[in-house]
Order: sequence, then C-alpha cells, then structure tokens
Amino acid sequence: MPKTLEHNFVEQAPILRLEDLNKSYGDGCEYCSKEDAVLEKNICPKCHTVHALRGVNLEVYPGEIVGVVGESGSGKSTLMQCIYFDKNPSSGACYLTPYKEGTENIFEVSEQEKLKIKNLILGMVYQNPYLGLRMDFSSLSNIAERQIAAGSRNVHEMMDRSDELLSEVNISKWRAKEAPKNFSGGMQQRVQIAKALSSNPPILLLDEVTTGLDLSVQARVLDLIKDIMHEFNISMLVVSHDLGVIRMLAERTYVMLDGKVVESGLTDQILEDPQHPYTQQLVYSLL
Amino acid sequence: MHKRYNFAFLDEGSKREIRRASLKAVCIPGYQVPFASREMPIGRGWGTGGLQLTLSLIGPNDVLKVIDQGSDASVNALNIKKLIALTTNVETVEDTHQATLIQSRHRIPEVPLTKDQILVLQVPTPEPLRAFEPREAITKKLHAHKDYTGAWLMIFEQIVKYNTATTGADHPVLVHDRYVMAPSPIPRFDNPKMDHNEALILLGAGREKKIYALPPYTKVKSIDFEDYPFAIEDLSNKSCRLCGASGVYLDEIIDENTGERSYQCNDTSYCEARRGVAQVVEGGQDA
Repeated sequence: MPKTLEHNFVEQAPILRLEDLNKSYGDGCEYCSKEDAVLEKNICPKCHTVHALRGVNLEVYPGEIVGVVGESGSGKSTLMQCIYFDKNPSSGACYLTPYKEGTENIFEVSEQEKLKIKNLILGMVYQNPYLGLRMDFSSLSNIAERQIAAGSRNVHEMMDRSDELLSEVNISKWRAKEAPKNFSGGMQQRVQIAKALSSNPPILLLDEVTTGLDLSVQARVLDLIKDIMHEFNISMLVVSHDLGVIRMLAERTYVMLDGKVVESGLTDQILEDPQHPYTQQLVYSLL
Repeated sequence: MHKRYNFAFLDEGSKREIRRASLKAVCIPGYQVPFASREMPIGRGWGTGGLQLTLSLIGPNDVLKVIDQGSDASVNALNIKKLIALTTNVETVEDTHQATLIQSRHRIPEVPLTKDQILVLQVPTPEPLRAFEPREAITKKLHAHKDYTGAWLMIFEQIVKYNTATTGADHPVLVHDRYVMAPSPIPRFDNPKMDHNEALILLGAGREKKIYALPPYTKVKSIDFEDYPFAIEDLSNKSCRLCGASGVYLDEIIDENTGERSYQCNDTSYCEARRGVAQVVEGGQDA
C-alpha cells in the first residue's frame, strides 16, 4: 500500500450541532403535531399555526463554511436568530464544542451563560446593519463593545485591536472615529464583520451579508469572508438566497423549504445533481 | 402647625408604601425599586422623589436640613424646607452636624456624614443606561443579567472622542459589585464620598417613580478603565475667596465687568461655619 494511504483519518466532532430544532408561532393542534402532516406551505390548515422551523438538523465542522439556501420565508433567518438567541425556539437542542465541550444544550442554559456564549463564542453579521451596529456610536466603540462585553477594561488594548480589525476590513484609519450612520452600505457591512470578529469567536453566523450591496462591493465582502476563514480558521454558517454566494463560499450546503431541510450535501454535488424537485427548480433558475 | 394636613403631609398609607419601597431598596443596594409616586404640591421634576422620601421618614424629633446645589438658601430648598416644617413642626437647621435628616439636590455636604444621619438625594433620571437604551423593558433585563457593557461603552465613546471621560455630573457607579447606579447629578467630586459612607443614602425619583439606596458602608466604585482611571474635577491650586478652603468643591465666579475668575465654596453652610457666621435655626417643638 502506498505510504500516502496509511494516514489515519480522525473522526472529527462538529463544532456546532443542531438537533430537531422547531419554531412555531401558535399553539399547534392534533393535526399539525404529527410528523408527516401536510401543511399549506408552513401553515397548519386546521389551527393556522405557523411552523417556521420543523425538525431542523444541522452540523458545522471546525474550519468549514456551511451554506443554507432557500426562498424567502423558508426559515433561514429564523434558524440564525434561534442560534444567536434573538428568538426562542419552541423545541430542539444546539451544542457548541467550545462551550463545555458540547455537553450542554445552549437553549437551556441561564441568560447570563447565553450572554457569555453570544459575546465569546458566536459572532453574528445581520443582513441589516442597523440590527448589528449602534449607528450613533463611533466605529471604534462599536467594535470595542464586544470586547467590553467579553471583559476587557483597557482602552488602549481595545483601540489597538479595533484599529487592526478596521484595517483588516479595509476601512481607513481616519474614518475610525466616525459613526457608521455616515457610511455606505458596504462599509457598514464591513464594520459589522469587524465587530463580529473582535472577540475572536470560533463560530461566525452570516445572515444574507451581501444582499442589497452592488456587485463589486459584494465581491469585496465575499473575498474578505474567504480571507478571514483562511486566516483565523473560523467556522461559518452562511445564510443566503443567492446560490452564487453559496457556490463561492460554502463547501457544504443545506437547502431549506417551508421550514424543513429538504436536501443537504457538498455544494458542488447539489448544484450539479440536485435531487429534490425544489432544489432542481432553484438550480435551473440560476442565471 | 396646620391641622388640616396629616403629620408630614402624606397620609399614613402612602408613607407606609414609600417606607416599604425604601426597605426593599436598602436590602438590594443600587437596585431601582418602583413605587407609586404621589401628586405633590410641587411639580414633578422639582424634587418630589426626595420630598416623598423625607416626608415618609421624618419624625417629630428629627432635625431637618435641605440643600439645593450646596445652598441652604436657594428658592427650591427654602420652599421644600417650609413645606416640611409647616406640616411637621420639626426644627430646621443649616449646620450639617446638627441635622438628622438631610434632603439634598445634586450635592453631598462637605462635612462627613455620620451613622446617625440620613441623606436623601433628589434624582431626575434614575436609569444609568437610559442614554444607551431608551426602552425600560430592555434596561430592566440588562440590570437583571448584569449586562453593563453599555455603561462602559458610553465612557469609552467619550474617551474616543475627547480622550477623557466627559461626564460632568451623574458619573455612573457600580454598587457592591452588582448594580450600576446613577448617583444623581452630583459632581464627580462627590462620587468617592459615597464609598463606604457611614450614613444611609436614599435616592428618590418622583417623576420616574423609583427609589434606590446605599446602606451605610456600601462599596461604591465609579465606572472607569484600567488606563483611564476615574478622576474628580481638578480643583488643585484653587481655594475659596471667602473662607480660603481648598480640597472642597468650588463654584467658579466670573466678574462680568472685569472678566476676572474667582472661586467660592459650593457648600454655603460649610463656608459660613468656617467664617464663624451664625447659622439659621428655626422652628422645633418649643418654638
């Protein structure tokens, strides 16, 4: 046997693991609580409960970028908001390896612990920069906010780190003291990325980061994300309705429809040989 | 004494409710206890919180002192003092040593308080995080989760912009390593006096309907950063033009004709005592 094939492959544990995540708006009824109940899109025809997420299972491995695609209303953003504690899931579990070796369901820990996870383990970049940034505070303060939350009380250290991150995302030094409300959409998005990175989180959540940006700016933001992944070895979960973005960034992809994962696998495989009728339609409509 | 009113103006039920809130405030130092703020014969925002605390605490043997920005003789202080004296017949003094109950607006007297005294401070904005987060429901959560990023972030933003903390008054403090508290708009000069003070300090906000407290010997630390430590106003090399005192809080007085600057004690009773001016004592049971 050639020497190269003797390598022992180590079974890697996922850094983020979602198990049977459900999120519904409404009480539910006997009909829609059955697993194979037929719904109108994601709404129960009997009790009109909206099932935004239905039994989502998902894994992200260390150092990998995972994509989630789906049309508007398929539950992509709800999924992200549940992981980042912006919304409370109805049921389900999420385990993060950097938090207590992944032994505890992060949805069931105390609010203080959730804050710690938010500040130290997860970084979030929202589609709308108004959600992720304090528009009236300077960019430096915005980036320092996460460091303060993570326990830093040294102004010089935080300023140096913020300067470093701003240059990392190509924002010139002389604009660092300016408030993000004076920035263009692309610049705001880059400040948001710098803020998310400021406490060195091992996991980054990106929710439609390039939507609404023009093509050249999109390309720069995507390049930036790739660079960050290579440089810091951060695992990422990327949500987008744009297959182009997913094709460029993600190694593995989950396809969502009406709150369910309908297909998952290597991104290339999904794009070349889609199995589910919805995925086929999605791929064929790609320009 | 005008017999048309109950002793100390408020009815006994109201007094009991305010005392109950005060007791809770003493039990949880720095925590803002909601209470049913009464309509008072002075406008909300003119010291109704402090007045209600004073009226609920005062007994026939108390000796009362009321100060407004360090002055015993300002209109606001005089009117509050008159109202309390007319409805209780207690003795009122200007000398801090003799007083058992001191209601103050925006100053802590220069004379150190003792364990036999209670200081009542009038508070316009009891919420230290209000500028950072306008929603009461959210600031309550932030206090509950001990999430005080905002308090430090506000100081950080000032340092980014002006290279120093620019809080003139109302510099937030951390009480007993737990709650961040607005010390009411006392100058930074008075913040260190709160730390391990011998007297009970009660703070009342009538318009915002909150009571909070610092029990005697409570640890009180002004919010700062390692490399930008908290500092009081720089009054070195300046002394009072009347009594010559230094190391006390001074008012700056500019002569409009000559443009000449001079300084004078802000605490009038302290200054008068040093100069041997006879201080006013009025009323009391025997009068």
